[in-house]
Amino acid sequence: MSHIPLQHVLIFSTALFFIGMFGMFTRRNLITLLMSVELMLNSVNINLAAFNKYLYPQQTGGLFLALFIIIIAAAEAAIAIAIIINLYRSHHSIDVDDATEMKY
Amino acid sequence: MLNVTNILIILFLPFINFLILGLGSRSIKQPVSGTIATVSLLLAAGLSLMIGYQYFIVKGMVNGAFPPIELFRYPWMVFGSKLTIDMSLVLDPLTVMMLVVVTSVSAMVHLFSLGYMKGEERYTTYYAFLGLFTFSMLGLLLAGNLFQIYIFWELVGVSSFLLIGYYFSKPSAVAAAKKAFIVTRFADLGFLIGILILSFYGETLDIATLIQRLTAPAGSQSLAIQTAGWLGISALTWGLAMIFIGGAGKSAMFPLHIWLPDAMEGPTPVSALIHAATMVVAGVYLVARLFPIFQLSACILDLITYTGIFSAFFAAIIACTQTDIKRVLAYSTMSQIGYMMFSLGIARPEDHYLGYMASLFHLFTHAFFKSLLFLGAGAVIHMIHSNEMNKMGGLRKFMPVTHITFLIACLAIAGIFPFAGFFSKEEILLATYHANFPVFVIALCTSGLTAFYMFRLYFSIFWGKHQAHDPHHSEGTFTMKFPLMLLMLCTLVAGFLPFSSWIFQGDTHETSHINWKFSLVPLSLSTLGILIAAYFFRKPSSRVADTLMWMGGIYRISKNKFYIDEIYLWITQRVLFPLVGKPAAWVDKNIIDGTVNGVGNFVGSIYYFIRGMQSGKLQDYLLYFLAGIAAWMVYFIYIWK
Amino acid sequence: MNLLLLLIVPLIAAIGIMLSPRVSAVRQISLAASLVQLMLVGWLLFQMLNSRSVSAQPLYFEQVYQWFPSWNIQFHIGVDGIAISMMILTALVVLAGVLVSWQESILPKEFFFLLMFLSLGAYGFFMARDIFTLFFFLELAVIPKFLLIGIWGSGQKQYSAMKLALMLMAGSALVFVGLTGIYLEAHSFDLTVLSATHFPVAFQYLFYPLLFVGFGIFAALFPFHTWVPDGHASAPTAASMFLAGISMKLGGYGCLRVASFLMPDAAIHYAPVIIILSTCAILYGAFVTLMQSDLKYMNAYSSVSHCGFVMLGIGVFNTTSVYGAILQMISHGLMTALFFAAIGMIYYRTHTRKIPELGGLLAKLPFISTVFVIAGLCSLGLPGLSGFVAEMTVFVGSWENKSLWVRLATILSCASIVVTAVYILRASGKVIMGPIRETFVNLSDAVWYEKMAAIFLLAGIFVMGIAPFLLQYIIGNEAAAIVKQGTQVLINK
Repeated sequence: MSHIPLQHVLIFSTALFFIGMFGMFTRRNLITLLMSVELMLNSVNINLAAFNKYLYPQQTGGLFLALFIIIIAAAEAAIAIAIIINLYRSHHSIDVDDATEMKY
Repeated sequence: MLNVTNILIILFLPFINFLILGLGSRSIKQPVSGTIATVSLLLAAGLSLMIGYQYFIVKGMVNGAFPPIELFRYPWMVFGSKLTIDMSLVLDPLTVMMLVVVTSVSAMVHLFSLGYMKGEERYTTYYAFLGLFTFSMLGLLLAGNLFQIYIFWELVGVSSFLLIGYYFSKPSAVAAAKKAFIVTRFADLGFLIGILILSFYGETLDIATLIQRLTAPAGSQSLAIQTAGWLGISALTWGLAMIFIGGAGKSAMFPLHIWLPDAMEGPTPVSALIHAATMVVAGVYLVARLFPIFQLSACILDLITYTGIFSAFFAAIIACTQTDIKRVLAYSTMSQIGYMMFSLGIARPEDHYLGYMASLFHLFTHAFFKSLLFLGAGAVIHMIHSNEMNKMGGLRKFMPVTHITFLIACLAIAGIFPFAGFFSKEEILLATYHANFPVFVIALCTSGLTAFYMFRLYFSIFWGKHQAHDPHHSEGTFTMKFPLMLLMLCTLVAGFLPFSSWIFQGDTHETSHINWKFSLVPLSLSTLGILIAAYFFRKPSSRVADTLMWMGGIYRISKNKFYIDEIYLWITQRVLFPLVGKPAAWVDKNIIDGTVNGVGNFVGSIYYFIRGMQSGKLQDYLLYFLAGIAAWMVYFIYIWK
Repeated sequence: MNLLLLLIVPLIAAIGIMLSPRVSAVRQISLAASLVQLMLVGWLLFQMLNSRSVSAQPLYFEQVYQWFPSWNIQFHIGVDGIAISMMILTALVVLAGVLVSWQESILPKEFFFLLMFLSLGAYGFFMARDIFTLFFFLELAVIPKFLLIGIWGSGQKQYSAMKLALMLMAGSALVFVGLTGIYLEAHSFDLTVLSATHFPVAFQYLFYPLLFVGFGIFAALFPFHTWVPDGHASAPTAASMFLAGISMKLGGYGCLRVASFLMPDAAIHYAPVIIILSTCAILYGAFVTLMQSDLKYMNAYSSVSHCGFVMLGIGVFNTTSVYGAILQMISHGLMTALFFAAIGMIYYRTHTRKIPELGGLLAKLPFISTVFVIAGLCSLGLPGLSGFVAEMTVFVGSWENKSLWVRLATILSCASIVVTAVYILRASGKVIMGPIRETFVNLSDAVWYEKMAAIFLLAGIFVMGIAPFLLQYIIGNEAAAIVKQGTQVLINK
């Protein structure tokens, strides 16, 4: 296990984060956006788990925080999908740029 | 007899008329309202005569003077510690004399109007307004407080406005009413400022106290007012000049006279009451009332003299060329008031203020014969239904009473013995002869002119060729003829009253006397004027037209009243409205309001700028979010310690 | 008497109006409430005079409740002669306003609700003795105006409503800064406490302009007056009456009661500026009025001119002039409310307010025309009507100031009475007199509620004009007390 250094994990999670961010900025589809958010959240989770494991093996704070985020993400996904479904019903589209009623 | 109840009855009878008839202007029907008003006014006139008798004859002089009696005083408004507007009732010789004049002329006018206004739609309202006017005029006369005079001064102004605008659907009447009010209002501004100046230095508004304080040679107030000044003119002179402007406006002195001829748009009895006998002499009354103060400033007395004589002469010239009979009478009123004014101006202690007495004597007699002239003109207009001279002629056979009374009034105003005008005019001329010779010469010429234009009027109406008129119109009812006869009687008698022993200024007085040697010149001038008028106007001829051809431009200028109206119109329409009013409105709309709107637009433009950021694109918001995070990071890493 | 009654009556009436099912009930409740208010105020006056004849106090019917104890804010109310006379004005104008809008057909419930709410604000303002409470009620009186103009108005009503609300809000913002300053300096909002405090002169010089201009915007202080014409012209009749009759008085009262009363040094220091501005307002307002062709604009601009007299009186700051300013507030409130009522009645019948389009109404509308002419004569200062009494007092007061340029300002202000006469006579000559237009021959004269409205206001105008000593008896001493603060300052110097 110790063959994999911390840096590798961090590089992986950073890559994951920026992939999510890239998706956030370039996509207009709400489902894709939701997926990007999930990617970013999970990259943070990996970071938390990795730091916990490598730096403070005796403590469990990082793991719990990661667990907490997973729960939040699940709730968030539920709400987001509900919003998306409603949006689809009213606009027949899930493109973010099509919902402009509240602009100005 | 000289108690407060009687005075209050005289004062409030017309006011009660005003209230009852004004409130019931639609429910009280025609003969009733007129009768109520007339009867109460006759009552008031009777009471005033009694009071005059009591005051002058029964009570008589005490130590060579008639003492003023203060009957009533109530602090109406108090300003600070010194100034108070008291509502007061004061009787002094001047007041009592005016009281008699106003109530009796007013009663005659009420009586005359019964016939003259018959069938008018707003008959009751007319009597209500007459009541308001009479009340205000009496309040003005009885005032013992300078501000009280101002209060009633304004009230007579507004009643004059209401009565001139009586035929309110006639645009010319409306215009005349507005003109009268605004011109006199402008003059009242002067009066108000004058009051402020005098009362500030005199520290009182009470007339008797004011006179006493300002005439005391070494009093602190009189020193203060004489030493204080502005632009090298003492405060006293400023104050008196301002007050005189007020008086000149009401009394139609040049150049504030322009409202008087137009005021003839009102019903003729109103012209007789307001614009001949009572209200227009209020200016003379005011100057006479404050005469002891006016006397302190020689230059103001000169101002009064020259304004008066100029107005007298100027108006006489215009009167010669007018064709509207009421306008001729209006200009003759202005001319006669000019006489009263300059006569006050030349009154000096050397001849025991003969001019003062003469002026008020003339006021007294003028009230009777001028209201008689107007009522006579009213009767003529009632018959002919026109004001124009060329529609009249040969009426002496159709209206004998009017003819005789009118003739006598004309003789009186022309100053022919033994009618009232002769006596008062003689006194004025005599006083002027001693005091100021150039003024005397002009006054003499004016006197000749007066005789000429009055007889031009007389001959044009009653002589000459008779023109057809509606046979249904007659001379009028008895209620119209009776006041004419009564006023004629007054005109015959008034001159023989011992006026000079009743009203005088100073401690001693001169008794009236007729200096026949002196009277010869004015009498012959007047007779000459009458003869010239007879030569031209007794029979229709081409003489008039020929002479007018010869006069040319002078006639035209006079016919157009020296274009004074046009000058005023030019000032208001070409200067005041476009050069003051319009720019003010423009500034308000564009600069002040523009600033407010500008602030609004500025805030709006900030909003336009900011709302561009609110694009509604999710990714834009993300970018701002990221930029924010980055900024905070930079801050926390590099700056925050 | 409990002063709270005067707040409770409009409040209950407002609630009752919202709950009532029928339009007729709404009207009856409003009328009853405004009549009760008038009676209450009359009773209040009677009781105050009674207890004053026993022993003179600075305040009557005082009540104090803790409101925000931690900030030392109290709900402190109490009245003196000035406040009571202002409340009489309010009661009369409210009553007339309710009567004039008797036939309001658009959302009558909400309309009368807002009217009641406005009167609540005005009463509270005049009885407040704690400047925070005062400010609270001042704000309470602004919002209903916005709605009244925005919903029931005419012409460019949104623009006017917005302009009015924003300018008045700007005024209140300035006032609020001023109040905060006072609080931070003296740690109290209570007028009685504050009047005993002498603020440092530098502090006064800084905060007096804020308070004065803040309240001055309400009172149409030149050059912050432009909300007046637009607001009045767009407002429905009753709202115009309120706006000119009461609202503008809130400002004048505030200038006097808060600004000049608490900071006499600054009042004297800034007097030249105030006098110049008010003379501008008087004369310039009169000339602008001359050029108006809409009756409501005419009356609104003439309000600017007349409120200039209030400011002149406060600016000159001596006993007579301050007394004159108070008189002018009352007189102008009555007169201008009457004028707007008459204009509203004419507009209701002829559907036009343009002076050139009207003519000869006296023949068909004798009552309304008479009211119009009397209001006009009052405006031009005819003796026997309230305007004369008030204006002359201001003139005499400002003439008492010996300095030459104050004299000059007084003369210029006096000159406005001529200009006033010109525009009033021009309007009434055209509208009331002259030949009648064919389109107007079928008009019918005022009905009972309109007559009642006019008669109540006319009664106020006549009483004040014929018997000014009555008002002097009520408020003379209080006006002197306000100025005494200032004169003591002068003596101490």
